[in-house]
Amino acid sequence: MNNNADKIIKIDGVDVPFKDGQTIMDAALAADIYIPHLCHKPGLSPHGSCKLCTVDVNGRPASSCTMPASEGQEIANNTPALNEVRKSITQMLFIEGNHLCPSCEKTGDCTLQAIGYHLGMLDGHFPQFYPRREVDASHGSLVLDRDRCIMCELCVRASRECDGKNVFTISGRGTNRHLIVNSDSGKLVDSDIELEDMAAHICPVGAILIKDHGYEVPIGRRTFDIHSVAETDLDDVILTKVRHHDE
Amino acid sequence: MSNNENLRRIAVDPVTRVEGHGKITLLLDEANHVREARFHIVEFRGFEKFIQGRPYWEVPYFVQRLCGICPVSHHLAAAKAVDQLVGVDELTPTSTKLRKLLHFGQTMQSHALHFFHLSSPDLLFGFGSNLEHRNIIGVIEDFPDLALKGVRLRKYGQQVIEVISGKRIHGAATVPGGMNKALTIEERDRLLADINDVLTWAQEAVDLNEKIHTSHPENHGFGRLNSNYLSMVGDKGELELYHGGLRANKSDGSSIFDQFDYRGYYNIIREEVRSWSYMKFPYLTELGRDDGWYRVGPLARINNCDYIATPLAEAARKSFKAFGNGGFVHDTLAYHWARMIEVLHCAEAIRDLLLDPEILGTDLVMKGEKREEGVGVIEAPRGTLFHHYKVNEDGTIKKANLIVSTTSNNQAMNESVRSVANEYLDGNEITEGLLNHLEVAIRAYDPCLSCATHALGKMPLEVELIGADGEAVDRIEKASSGAINRTL
Ligand code: SF4
Ligand code: FES
Ligand code: NI
Repeated sequence: MNNNADKIIKIDGVDVPFKDGQTIMDAALAADIYIPHLCHKPGLSPHGSCKLCTVDVNGRPASSCTMPASEGQEIANNTPALNEVRKSITQMLFIEGNHLCPSCEKTGDCTLQAIGYHLGMLDGHFPQFYPRREVDASHGSLVLDRDRCIMCELCVRASRECDGKNVFTISGRGTNRHLIVNSDSGKLVDSDIELEDMAAHICPVGAILIKDHGYEVPIGRRTFDIHSVAETDLDDVILTKVRHHDE
Repeated sequence: MSNNENLRRIAVDPVTRVEGHGKITLLLDEANHVREARFHIVEFRGFEKFIQGRPYWEVPYFVQRLCGICPVSHHLAAAKAVDQLVGVDELTPTSTKLRKLLHFGQTMQSHALHFFHLSSPDLLFGFGSNLEHRNIIGVIEDFPDLALKGVRLRKYGQQVIEVISGKRIHGAATVPGGMNKALTIEERDRLLADINDVLTWAQEAVDLNEKIHTSHPENHGFGRLNSNYLSMVGDKGELELYHGGLRANKSDGSSIFDQFDYRGYYNIIREEVRSWSYMKFPYLTELGRDDGWYRVGPLARINNCDYIATPLAEAARKSFKAFGNGGFVHDTLAYHWARMIEVLHCAEAIRDLLLDPEILGTDLVMKGEKREEGVGVIEAPRGTLFHHYKVNEDGTIKKANLIVSTTSNNQAMNESVRSVANEYLDGNEITEGLLNHLEVAIRAYDPCLSCATHALGKMPLEVELIGADGEAVDRIEKASSGAINRTL
């Protein structure tokens, strides 16, 4: 086959072209179709863990960020039923951690919060876990606040794939799962992470923050004050935004 | 400027505030006199522990969640402490002015809400009047003009907050050593457009309070206490809400201390713990546990200051002084009058700030050498508010101590309740009338129980009478619906 562009999948009844090797998510983003996603970021290898990007492919649920696009797929994406499931997933992410939006530096810049809003989430619905997780403020210019970590592993992949380092890993199972730092002491200060690293800026929530900084961008000028989470080129926007904080 | 529709946030907040409710226990002696009154408040505790280990720059945002009605006060007190943590003793002139503007807006909206929504029904209709009518709806029916002006005053205060911090509540304004946003000319002009009306309404509120007080001499002794007073004053002894030295006076006006640098507050104030209350009992160290309790808030500030720097409020203060025959005014209900004098001062001060070209400056942040300890104090609407933090080397909070305004008035509220109970308790039975009067006395202090119930103006309240033998004699309960039940 030499004419790739002729291949088509259907998303919510719309013809979407794709090239071999693209996932459903890749094809959708290229066609300016938003599929909610948290653990996915173009440029990093897909991970398929948050399940927010779940779509129905020929009637079966699949993660669009990992599922390869293939000719003839009929995909349901923006349906009330799927969005309801996504909302429940988002609520679970909220209640599993300690997300105190009103006092969080990331409020208005947080993708989790923006998705919650996008999906019409009004409360946590499920009982709070109130986990006790450790804050690591040992590093000179970064703080790791595990209370807000949603274990999307974006920092894990960014460190490995962009920074050529291996600073983070997810360890443990079930409710014990948590983000660890690959250093002898387990502390950020003893890892080789630096302020300039992609891993220091990629966190979609407020778990990895720049030290001594916060609240510098006034309300009204934060990412989701200006952009909708459904803008398909948002991932670039967020990265530049976050970098802006430490100028 | 983005419009407000875009300022959307999910505010999932798992730290559910304990719903505020008050409980009063009246302890009788052999002769059935009220020997002691205990006003219990269920308040959000454990905050000081909660904040340990959090990054220091987060604190001004974290503390906003302490209270739904005065988040800006906690925000500013904490921000002042954080300025010290980053080694900044003085902000740029523009940032100081922006913070003051925010603070005046907050004080205006808090005071207006309290007076017009919660207290004006008692004062306009009388404490004993029909409960059905003695509420804000009644005020709207009988005094529509007044009610409307009250709403507008509050709204103006909220507008100021919104302009500076981006939102009416839980906004973002301060950063360590400064502010995050300059004021635009459009924003300033928008606020200036209404300021003359605001001044008129504030003046009318003061006049109304003066009239209520002078025409009801029978209220003179209601819950009255010859107490000590603590407040901040400016360096010339003037009324100062944002930054100054601490002044404490005895009831006769004689000085206990003056221009005290608040960073050493723990040398002049101690906090006593009593087994029956979660809330501590602060006292002035110099006078000791028994005599050292004091009052804070509008009454303390208007009594303590030598003058007010804005002319209309200063004229109002002089009338207030004349009411006290030149000495301190100790009437507990005069809190309301003092509160409205402050609203007038805020209105004048807001106008002056808006007309000051420096308010439009863009030099907003100062930097300094980091320190391990910071103390921030402001005069919050309800009184002197202390925030004290120590940090670890990594920038996380090691220790926090707060003395909130309502805590400072703790003993005073108990004393006022005792005084009113002794006057209105008839025999061994708690009557609806007694309960109403107790409520009016407590409300004068504008205690911050839980700001949610507070906002509705309906404080669920339980009153219990304990005989000399320690047995409960009577108990009644008023639900937030207003329904009263005898529960013994
Ligand atoms: S720290 Fe942030 S980027 Fe890393 S796993 Fe947690 S939520 Fe994802
Ligand atoms: S975005 Fe596909 S599973 Fe997370
Ligand atoms: Ni409060």
